[in-house]
Amino acid sequence: MSAPTYDLGKLHGGLRLDGKKSQSTAEPIHTIPIPSQLIQPLAQHVGDPAHPIVGIGERVLKGQLIAEQEGSLGAPVHASSSGRIVAIEAWPISRRFGDTAPCVVIETDGEDRPIERAETPPPFDTLPPDFLADKILQGGIVGLGGAVFPTSQKLIQANTCELDYLILNGVECEPYISCDDVLMRERAHEVISGAQVLLHALSLEVCYIGVESDKPEALHNLADALGEADDARIILKQVPTIYPSGGEDQLVQLVTNREVPSGGLPTDIGCLVQNVGTAVAIYDWIHDNEPLISRITTITGDGIATPMNVKVRLGTTVADVVNVAGGYTDKARQLIIGGPMTGKSVTTDRVPVVKATNCILVLSETPSPGPELSCIRCGDCAAVCPVQLLPQQLFWYACADDEKHLRSYGLTDCIECGCCDLVCPSHIPLTADFRKAKGRFRELADEKARAERARRRFEARNERKVLEEQHRLHELAEQKEKAKLAGPAAIAEILKRKRGRDKD
Amino acid sequence: MTAISIAVLTITALALLAGLGLSYASRKLPAGDGELVDKVNELLPQTQCAQCGYPGCRPYAAAIVNDGAAINLCPPGGDATIRRLASLLGRDVQALAMPAAAERLIAVVDEDRCIGCMHCRNACPVDAIVGAQQMMHTIIESECTGCELCVAPCPVDCISLRRVA
Repeated sequence: MSAPTYDLGKLHGGLRLDGKKSQSTAEPIHTIPIPSQLIQPLAQHVGDPAHPIVGIGERVLKGQLIAEQEGSLGAPVHASSSGRIVAIEAWPISRRFGDTAPCVVIETDGEDRPIERAETPPPFDTLPPDFLADKILQGGIVGLGGAVFPTSQKLIQANTCELDYLILNGVECEPYISCDDVLMRERAHEVISGAQVLLHALSLEVCYIGVESDKPEALHNLADALGEADDARIILKQVPTIYPSGGEDQLVQLVTNREVPSGGLPTDIGCLVQNVGTAVAIYDWIHDNEPLISRITTITGDGIATPMNVKVRLGTTVADVVNVAGGYTDKARQLIIGGPMTGKSVTTDRVPVVKATNCILVLSETPSPGPELSCIRCGDCAAVCPVQLLPQQLFWYACADDEKHLRSYGLTDCIECGCCDLVCPSHIPLTADFRKAKGRFRELADEKARAERARRRFEARNERKVLEEQHRLHELAEQKEKAKLAGPAAIAEILKRKRGRDKD
Repeated sequence: MTAISIAVLTITALALLAGLGLSYASRKLPAGDGELVDKVNELLPQTQCAQCGYPGCRPYAAAIVNDGAAINLCPPGGDATIRRLASLLGRDVQALAMPAAAERLIAVVDEDRCIGCMHCRNACPVDAIVGAQQMMHTIIESECTGCELCVAPCPVDCISLRRVA
C-alpha cells in the first residue's frame, strides 16, 4: 500500500460546501435492467453531431457502431444493447443550448447480444501511442468529467506539447455527486490500469491521481490497488475538500503548483488532465473491447426515495433510472442533470442519460434566496473566485454589454463554478449573467466571421467583373484592329478581281 | 545676446512641442479617407443587399465618408451598427430610416421549379449561387447573406427567403 501525499500548491478562494455525498454512497453500484427503449443522441460530445450509419428497422447488436464521428472534435456512438432501430428523430435532451436534438431510438430485444469482435486485444504496451489514440477514438471515449471533449483529440493535441505530468481527476468537488467516488472504491484496479494505458499513450513517466480528502474509502482502495500494481510512476495525492478543487485548472494548480495561463490549457504548462471515469472507460475498451456504452451516474437528492449510484446504459431515460432508485418522493420539485452548482434544470424525465450525465439530482423546493438587489460592491465574490477574477467589475460591464472591458477583465477565463452567486449578499445571479455574456461573444464572433467572408467574396466578385470587362474590351479592340488591317487588303483584292473581269 | 538665445530656445521648444503633438495626433486620430472608408466598411454587416441605395457595403462606406451620406440606412446592421458608426465618426445617433431586419435570412431555391436561367446567379453579390445555363441552380447556404437581390430577377419565382434555424 502506498500512502497518498499531501504536498500541494495553493488555490485562491473557493468554498467549503456541505458535500451531501453520503446519501448516495451507502449502497453499492446498482445495475439498471435493460430498458425497453434506448434513446442515443448523436451529439454526446463537444464537436459536430455524429453521422448515423444505421437505417430504421435495422437490427443492431450491443456495442455496434451506429454513428460515425464528424469533424475533428467528434466521437462515434455505439448501441448500448441489442435491438431494432425504430426512429432517428428529435428528442428532448439536457444540454446548455437547445432543448431537443436528433437521437437514434433503439427498441431493445432484451437479449443484450454483444457484437462479435474478431481479435482478442493485444497488450496495450505493444501498441504505438498514435495507434492507441486512434483506437480510443473508435471506442467513442470522451472526457467523462462533464466536458465530454474527445479523449483521443486531447491525447493528439497533448503529444504536440512538451508534457511532464498526467493528472487523473478523482476530486469530484461538487456537492451530491459521488459517481467517481464509488467508481474509485469499486474499480480501483481499473483506474490504475487505465492510468498505465494513458501513460503509455503519452510516453510519460509521472501520473498523479488527485482525490479529495472527503473520500477516505476511495483513497484507501486506490492506495491498495497501487501497492499491488507496484508502479512507482503513479502517485496518489490527497487534495483539500474545497469547491472547486476539481476544476481542471484548479487541480493542476493544487497538484503541481503551476498556474494555467489566462486563455491557455494545462498542456501549456506540461500537464494533461483526465477524469478517473475516462481512465476506466479506456481500460474497458483497450482490455475488454467494450466501447463507451455505459457509465456510472449518481441519482440523489431529497426528491429520490433511495439515493444511489447506478451503472446505466447510455440512452436509458432518466425516468427509468428514477424507477430503479425507488421513484420520486412527495417532496420532489426540481430535476437537475448534473450537480447543484453547474448542472442544468430540465422539465421532463424523458431525457436520456448520455456520456456527460454524471448526476441526476431531484430536489425539493429550494427556498428562494430573496429578490435580486443592487450590487453593493462588497467584494465577497472576488474573494471566493478560484480564477482570481473580479466578478463585481465583470457584472458591471456585462450589464453595459461592454465587450472590450469584459475581455480585458478576463470573462473568458470564468469557469462558471457559481461560487460568486453563493456568497453574493444581493443575490445577483452572476454566473448566469456571465454565461449570457459569453454567449453574446460567440454570436458576435460568428457574425464577424460571416461578414468578413461575405466582404471577401464581394470584393473578389467585383475584381472578377472588372477583369471580365477588360478582357471583353481587349478582344473587341483586337477584332477591330484585325478588321482595320484586313479591310483595305480585302477591298484591294476585290478591285483587282473587278479590274481583271473588266479586261476580259 | 541672452535675449536672442532665450528667443531661439523658446521657439525651438515650441516647435518641438508642436511636432510631438502632431505626431501623436496623426497616430491616434482617424487618418486619411482611404483608411476611414475601410474602418467604416468593417462596421457594416457585409450583406451587400444595397438597401442603402449604394451597390454594396463598401460603396456605402465610401459614400458615408466622402459624400456625407446618412449613417442610418443599413437595415441588416440595425441600431447596433448605427451606434458604432456614430461613435467612430463623431456623428449623432439616429433612428433607422427604414424598418429593421428582424432576423438572419437565407435564400432557398425551389429546385423543382428552377429553369436554369442564370439571372439569380448574376445578381448574387457574393457568388453564393451555383448553376449553369439550363441546369438547376442552388444556393450555398453558408455563403448566403440573405440580401434578397436574387428574388426579383427570378422569372419563375422559385426563390424564397427562410429563417436560419
